[in-house]
Amino acid sequence: MQPAVTGSAQLTDDALLVAGLRRGDEGVFTQVVTAYSKSLLRLAQDFVRTRSVAEEVVQETWLAVLDGIDRFEGRSSFKTWLFRILVNKAKTRGVREARTMPFSSLAPEGEELAVPEERFRGSDNEWPGHWAAPPRSLGTIPEERLLAREARERIVGALGMLPETQRIVVTLRDVAGWDAEDVCDVLGISEGNQRVLLHRGRSKLRAAFEQYLEEE
Amino acid sequence: MSVPQPTDLTCREVVELVTDYLEGVLPPDERLDFEHHLVWCSWCRDYLDHMRRTIELTGEPDDSEPPSPIREELLSAFKDWKRTRE
Repeated sequence: MQPAVTGSAQLTDDALLVAGLRRGDEGVFTQVVTAYSKSLLRLAQDFVRTRSVAEEVVQETWLAVLDGIDRFEGRSSFKTWLFRILVNKAKTRGVREARTMPFSSLAPEGEELAVPEERFRGSDNEWPGHWAAPPRSLGTIPEERLLAREARERIVGALGMLPETQRIVVTLRDVAGWDAEDVCDVLGISEGNQRVLLHRGRSKLRAAFEQYLEEE
Repeated sequence: MSVPQPTDLTCREVVELVTDYLEGVLPPDERLDFEHHLVWCSWCRDYLDHMRRTIELTGEPDDSEPPSPIREELLSAFKDWKRTRE
């Protein structure tokens, strides 16, 4: 028997998580479903036509997790494995529905700045291109504000607002924990494209985080 | 802080290189320029801290309830699955 563990340890420790699922621990299953279903659902919606189909894909994913948990070898993290199952199922459904894949027309997008131009000094300044309105040091922000649930909620809210291709890349990299190569393989995009999308997406999430920090 | 040299990266350039830096794909000379900039520019260090914290927060597990139809159907599926293993 595994010792009982409470809180999120079971989510961050794959060995505990997998052992919990294998022994049929309902608490562990509920925790893991709670932790990832929203991210899975949002990602699935980027591949299929409707929310109800996306919900089905999420259901199928969890059933496949149960079906496959005995064979999970821990070569990747649980989270990476979970999202891989979802993406495979969602892509298959998307193809069957003849939904146009978001990456099938990767027209080069216009230039997009990580930080608005006006936050830097102009060419008439002694230090052109350097911060005029610099970011605040995290050291000056009360710890409870940095750790507040709202901080994460604001970032997740901004993730939902990203252009689809950026959202998919950021979700796979930063929520699912995939490496760049796997993202490129699954989406059929180049490393350079992957990085541009990641950069633009992350920059917007950072801006949302900063905006949260500025409100007091 | 010392006065920047004309060949140094500007902060505007640094914020566009942050992802390449974190991904470890900057060529060695650009990486040196980037790190040199960070040594004297605390504002860009703050920017990088923001980015790292944002990435961490993005990856944190959710602790709010999933949509309830998903939850209920899954719990009953889980119980069925468990029964087949006993």
